[in-house]
Formats: sequence, C-alpha cells, structure tokens
Amino acid sequence: MIPELGHFALVLALVLAVVLAVVPMAASFQGRYAAMRLAPTLATAVAVFTSISFACLATAFLQDDFSVRVVAANSNSLLPPMYKFSAVWGNHEGSLLLWALILSYWLAAVAAFSQGLPTIMLARVLAVMGAIAVGFLSFSLLTSNPFERILPGVPADGNDLNPLLQDPGLIIHPPLLYMGYVGFSVAFAFAVAALLGGRLDAAWARWSRPWTNVAWAFLSLGIMLGSWWAYYELGWGGWWFWDPVENASFMPWLAGTALIHSLAVTEKRGLFRSWTVLLAIFAFSLSLLGTFLVRSGVLTSVHAFAADPARGLFVLIFLAIVVGGSLTLYALRAPAVRSHISFGTVSRESLLLLNNVVFLVATLTVLFGTLFPLLMDALGQGKYSVGPPYFNAVFVPLMALLVPFMGVGPLSRWRDDSLHRWKSRMLLPGVIVVILAVVLPFIADQGFNLWVALAILLAGWLVAGLWQDFAERRRNSPSLLRSLRRQSPSYWAMVLAHTGFAAAIVGVVATSQYSIERDLRMAPGDSETLAGYRFVFNETARVRGPNYLADAARFSVYRNDREVASLQAEKRRYLASGSVMTEAAIDPGLFRDLYVAMGEPVGTDGAWAIRLHYKPMVRWMWLGALLMGAAGLLTTFDRRYRREPRVAQTEAPRAPA
Amino acid sequence: MSALRALFAGLLAWTLLVAPVSAVIETYEFSSPELEKRYHRLSQELRCPKCQNQNIADSNAPISQDLRQLVYQQLEAGASDDAILDDMVRRYGEFVRYRPDTEGAALWLWLAPVALLGTGLVVLVLMLRRGGAVAEAPVLSDEDRERLDKLIAEDDQ
Amino acid sequence: MRRLKLFLPLGIFALLAVLLFRGLSLDPQALPSALIDRPLPAFSLPSLAGDKTLTPDGLIGEPFLLNVWATWCISCRVEHPYLQRLAAEEAVVIYGVNYKDDSAAARAWLAELGDPYVASIVDREGSLGLDLGVYGAPETYFVDADGVIRYRHVGVIDERIWTERLQPIYQQLRTEAGR
Repeated sequence: MIPELGHFALVLALVLAVVLAVVPMAASFQGRYAAMRLAPTLATAVAVFTSISFACLATAFLQDDFSVRVVAANSNSLLPPMYKFSAVWGNHEGSLLLWALILSYWLAAVAAFSQGLPTIMLARVLAVMGAIAVGFLSFSLLTSNPFERILPGVPADGNDLNPLLQDPGLIIHPPLLYMGYVGFSVAFAFAVAALLGGRLDAAWARWSRPWTNVAWAFLSLGIMLGSWWAYYELGWGGWWFWDPVENASFMPWLAGTALIHSLAVTEKRGLFRSWTVLLAIFAFSLSLLGTFLVRSGVLTSVHAFAADPARGLFVLIFLAIVVGGSLTLYALRAPAVRSHISFGTVSRESLLLLNNVVFLVATLTVLFGTLFPLLMDALGQGKYSVGPPYFNAVFVPLMALLVPFMGVGPLSRWRDDSLHRWKSRMLLPGVIVVILAVVLPFIADQGFNLWVALAILLAGWLVAGLWQDFAERRRNSPSLLRSLRRQSPSYWAMVLAHTGFAAAIVGVVATSQYSIERDLRMAPGDSETLAGYRFVFNETARVRGPNYLADAARFSVYRNDREVASLQAEKRRYLASGSVMTEAAIDPGLFRDLYVAMGEPVGTDGAWAIRLHYKPMVRWMWLGALLMGAAGLLTTFDRRYRREPRVAQTEAPRAPA
Repeated sequence: MSALRALFAGLLAWTLLVAPVSAVIETYEFSSPELEKRYHRLSQELRCPKCQNQNIADSNAPISQDLRQLVYQQLEAGASDDAILDDMVRRYGEFVRYRPDTEGAALWLWLAPVALLGTGLVVLVLMLRRGGAVAEAPVLSDEDRERLDKLIAEDDQ
Repeated sequence: MRRLKLFLPLGIFALLAVLLFRGLSLDPQALPSALIDRPLPAFSLPSLAGDKTLTPDGLIGEPFLLNVWATWCISCRVEHPYLQRLAAEEAVVIYGVNYKDDSAAARAWLAELGDPYVASIVDREGSLGLDLGVYGAPETYFVDADGVIRYRHVGVIDERIWTERLQPIYQQLRTEAGR
C-alpha cells in the first residue's frame, strides 16, 4: 500500500511540475500576473509530493518490504536501520528519486526566498526549474520506477546493501553532492529567465550569486566527503582516482568555480555578461552530462550503475533538449554588443578573466580526457585508457599557473590598478615566502623536497596576498576589532576559500611527496618502523558485527617509546552477500595519518599481509575543501543578499539593460 | 605524485559489479628500494584489462596478480620502465596504459590542453587590449559613472 | 558575424551529443586482442596427454581454434559440449590451452566429459596466457594456416555465436588456406 502511495505521489509531483513548467511560463509572455503568481505555490506543491513519495520509499526500506524490487536488491533485514535509510539512495532508482527530491527542495527554496524578485522573473525561473523537474520525474517514472513490486515470489530476505556503502560518510555524501549538482540548476534557471527577458544586468547577477555560491559550497563538500570516504573505506590509502564518475562531479565544480568569479565581475562591474550567462548554462550542462556518463554505461568506471542503454538514451534526449535549447536561446538572445565598460590591463577584472581562462581550460581538459576513450572508440582508433598519470600531468601545471595571479587577486583594484602598486605590496612578502619555502621542508622528517618547497611557495603567496589586502583594509580603521567587524561576510568568505585552496595545495603535495607506504608480511609480535613511528602487531582476533564477521589485527603505535595510537584493522565478511571488505584503521592527525590495512593471511604461522601507511598532512586537503564549502555558505549572510527584496524592487527596474 | 591513485567511489553511483573490495597487499621482496618505487609507479600506471576501471595495483583480479608478478620479475631482471610498458602494450594493447603514448591518435590528447590554454590566453590578451582601448574613451555618462562609483564603494565595504 | 560567434557553443554541443549518442551503441568493455594479425607467441610446453612437447610449429598447418580452458572455469564447462560438437560434426580443428590448472584434474575432466581437442597445451604458470593477452577463460583464438592470430572471441562459444559470428571467420580461414 505504502509503495503505491509513493508511486501515486510521484505521479502527482510530475503533473504539478508539468503545470509549473507550462502555465507560469506561458503567462509570463501574455502578461497574466495571476497565473504567474501561481508559480511559487506550484513549486512548493511539487516539493511536498516528491517528499511524500520519498518518505514512502524510505518507509519501504525501513520496514523491510522486500516485495519492492529495489528494497529486495539493496537492503537486508540484518542491516542497521541507519543503513537501511541510506540504502534508499544506494541504487539507481532511489538515487534518482533523491535527485528529484533535492531539485524540488531547491524549487521550494527559490519560491520562498525570492519573493522580492519581479513577478515575471520569478515565474520564469521557477518554470525553468519545473521543466527540469519534469525531466527527472518522468525519467524516474518511465525508466526507473523505484516502487516496482516483485509479485508473486516475494523473497524472504534482501540481497543486502553493498558493504562499501555501509558507512556513515556515505549517508551524507550523495545528498550533499546532489545538493551541489542540482543547485546549479538555479543559476541555470536564472540565466535562461534572464535570456528570455532579454535583460542580463547587475541585478540578475546579484540574484543568482548567492544561489550559485551555495550550490558550489555543497558540491565542494560533497566531493570532499567522497574523497575522504574512499581514503578510509577502500583500504588503499588513495583519495582521488580521476575515474570518469569522479570527473563527472569535478567538471561542474571547476566550471562552477569559474562561474562564481565571473558572477562577481558581472555584479560589480556589469562586465562579461554574456560570458557569465554561458558559464551558468555550462555548469549545469556538466551536471547533466555527469548524470548521463554515470547512468548510461558509455564509459567504464568503478562506480557506474549497471548500464542500461534505454536510460542512457532518455538522459541523452533530456540533455539535448535542456542544453541544446538553452544554447540556442543563448545564441539568439545573448547581448552581442560589446560592453562599453572599460577596465585596465592591470586590474582585478583582468585577473578574474585569467581565473576564468584557467578554470575553463581545466574543465575542458578534464572533459576531453574523460571522453577521449569514447571518441577514439567511436572513430575506430582502438581502445585507450586515460588515467591519473595524464590528468596529473596536465592539471598540476594549470593550477600552478593560476596561483601567482590568484595571490595578487585580493589586493587588486577594480577598473585600473598598477604593476607598481602590486610590486610594492607583494615584494617583501614574496621574499619572506621564498625563504620559508626553502627552509620549511628541511624541518620535515623526510627532508628537503623541491615539490613541497614549490607548494609552500604557492600557498604562502596566496596567504601573503590575503594578508597584505587585510593590512590595507586595516590601515583606514582605528582599531583591529573595528576593522575585523567592518569587513563583509563576502570578504571573509573569499579569505576562507582562498586559504582553503592554499591548505589543499600543501596537503596534496605533502601527502603525495612524503607518504610512506609499506606492504609486508607480519605475524603477531612483529614490529616495523615508518618515519619514526613503530607499529607493533599485538594480536589477531575474531570480531562479530551486526551483519558481518571479521578478522581483526590489533596494533599499537609508538613514537619515542610513547604509545601514540592503538589501531584495529579488520577484514570483514558480510553475512548476507558473502563479500569481503577491508576496513582500514586510521589514527588521524593534523600533521600525519597512521594507517593500517589487512590483506590476506600468509603462510601457516598466523602471519598476514599488512599495509602500513604514513601519510603526512593528508587532512589539509579535506580541511581546505571544508573551508571552501564553509566560505560558499558564508556568502549568504552578506547584507547585500539579505536586503535582496528591497534591492530588487527599487533598483532593478532602473538598472541599465 | 605517487599517492594519487585512489578510488573515490560512490560519487553518484555504486556498482554491485565490483566484487572484490579487499585491499591488495603484495609482499614482494625487492633487491633495492629503487626497484620497489618503480614497481609501485608501474603497477599504478597499468590498467587491469578485465576490471571496470582499476589499475593492477588496486585490483584483486587474478589477471592483475599475474601482471604484478610479471612487472616484478621484469624489474628484477633489469628491464627498463619503457621496456616493461611496451611489453604490456604488445600483449594487451594501448588500453593497458593509463598514460597514453604520445604517438598516433593519442598525440591529440596531449596537444589538446596546450591548444586550449593557448587559445584561452590569446582570447585573454585580445580582451585586455580591447578593455584597455576602450578605457581611453569612456562611453559611460557622468551620471552613470557616479552611480557606479557609489555602488562600488558600497559593495567594497 | 558577432551573432554567429554565439552559435559556437551550440555547434560544439551538437558534435558532443552525436559522440554521446554513438557511445550508447559501443561497448567500452570490449577489448580486441593486441595480437590480431600477429603470429602466435613462441612457446614450448608439454601436452596434457604427456606424450610430447608442443611448439607453434607443431600446431601450424591448417587453420585452427586455440581454446583457453581450465577445470576451475565454470563457463568452460558450459561451452564444452558445443566444442565437442564442433570437433566431431563440423571437423573444426581445436587445440586447447589448459590455463593455470592442475593437470591430473584436467585429464580427469576430459576423460569424463570427452575431449574435443587435438591436443591441449599445459600452461601451468599461465605464461602462454600472458603472452597471448588472455584475461580470463574461456577465450578462443582463431589462428590461420600460417600461424597468424586472426580473431579472438572472449567468453562462451555456443550455437548462436558460432553460426552468427564465428563460423564465417573460420570458414574464411579455411578458404584462404585452400588457395
């Protein structure tokens, strides 16, 4: 009964989404305001019915209703309730419903927080998002109905959730990631609505900025969680593989990074308007492309859903309509006139332009590399693989090119600045940073390393730029406290995000260069020293979990004869599926992680193949991403956006076209 | 960049097609640490021909075990990295390399980023020159400029 | 002109969409053998019957199938009866590669289920398998009369696959050999 209710609610949500996509949009061209004002109510209604539908599916999972096909395939009565809930989105059908649910929440949020927008604009934004919801809801209903029953022949128990997904990180990772993916639909909808209205101005940029920042923040956090989860759950100690599915989330992030910077220029200076609108379309298109890549099976990935060409075709047609349609609209309506607002060669505008060039090139490179095997196959050139060695080789220099300019960015001035001024501000900190970069790696346990020195140089340069900018802001203020308080949340967000980027650079390079990994045969009683840490294998034990049995290896780690950590690595066998999983034991730290994973038993004397890792500063990478995510969320506290209703009503109509 | 070899799964998706998820831990004894380093690098650059998308270092498939052993033996026999990679390509085709060669069609792969960046920088320079040229002849009315300045001042606070 | 430039993204997207559409009908998993049109790799391994040492030269002469099998391979058991039919009824020449297997078990297997092979090469360590680029059993290589590998089939051979895809290839090798 409950699954049928969920199915019915999903159908109703689809019907409402169709009405939302058609009625207010049509009304906006006919000037029928009453019909346009229906849009927020319809948007909320879509969210309500999608929620009901989702709640029904969750109930089916929590109540072990194995007559529902996805429940039988992805859950099990022994599964802890927490994982029964997250199993809802641990499969294609359920994750698609989650996608639709999150889209409907973004719809409701836009409806709720944008009451100050001109009625026409709001109606069109919501209608465009409604159209996207139509696509996903019909995708769910037509090709991947999560409420399908297996009748007769209901299985006694379910197949269990993939053990890899039985992890707290995986409960929140997909929702966060989808928040980001789907969030770009808001920027997209604003862009399309602005193109329809023929008005791309500072007001438009101001409206879409907070939404874009928040979506970008969620995407950053989602990617971070995924990387972190892979690091501790997969037992291999790695954190980024450049797998097509990872790239599918990384490309929108890169394009989104370009977009939030370009939006800043458009809002503050009215420049690059058609460019910004194109980026908004681009970022969301990449989200949709990601959906296609993951769910169609055109690329080989470790994480792809089982391939189904029918689903692939559906997403491709949807992609063609949404992206093709919006790009056609762009080609017809984007302002083709040159912007008459001027800026100097040495200015903040030009630095942000460079940012856009680098991030766009990075996005397109990742796109090209990801699709290259497909392209070669389609052209009959044979089978190719493009993996980490390629992506690292092109991506690292691109980012290195960006950073020198990024460091100057915060203290640069709009419109016109001078090299002389940059030099006077950055010369001294530059010298200090060079000295630090040369000296600091010597302090590290592993000694001097050129790459680490370069990373410190780049990261230090970023921080120096931020510092000098703040020093300048302080100069005009009587007290430190006053000057701290006077800065806007947007300013602090920029500081946080750039600091996060610097931290990530240091983390990535330090952990890549200084990590020590050792695979060896160890029996209880053996010990091994890594970077000054002595790992002692105390004993093995049999452990029983709620739905698995495990062999455990217990380790104590000593540094200078003082015990610093006690670790228990496990090798689990899940009862329902019989799959074996390595559960690594990690002692986290700001400056180093200690990591133990268990392989196979070796020989007959109780020895095991053991992997020991010493990973310095690996957390800095995720910490950096966390700072970036926090920064994106912080921007919403800016007064500019909270004042939005008033701004929208009084200034927008007068804004020059 | 030796540690860049993870699996960050589950972005959107998780397959039940990946059966083995237990860590691959091989306890080869190397005659020198240098060889061990090269072994790690090579086994991360070679793709398991049978798996979804995994290098042979991370994959538990029997074929990966064989290939790891082959790499180990060839290293100990004194083969160069290129010789080992070429030998793998001879057996399994270009597919087996995660770092495609710079010959033939794959050359495009390496040229693309350079071409993209070059195009981007040319466009950037053109835009900067245009921005600069216009700067000499401002088209904004005084009234507009005043308003703009006010807005900028407001925003910068 | 300026307006035309704005159509550029649309054009690029159209090309991309065509590529993605094409991708739907391609199989990213299918991996053609790197040894197509190359001679059989060198080997010198005992036969399963234990009576002789087999080398490429000993096999070459007329077109044949080189079937990689093992007793631990479940699919091999599935295709086995059909291989026997091919050998008996259609006079297809099939050599076996007993891949990473226990020879005694393999002999018992053939004694029990029948032996479609002219001879089976014992590849205990899997070295021939590696040279052939085998990545899982069963795999079947089509070798022409000159000892050149012309085609590889990965997976089970059954009646449908044989008549639709493989038989014409084998027939062509036979025709070439007859000239």
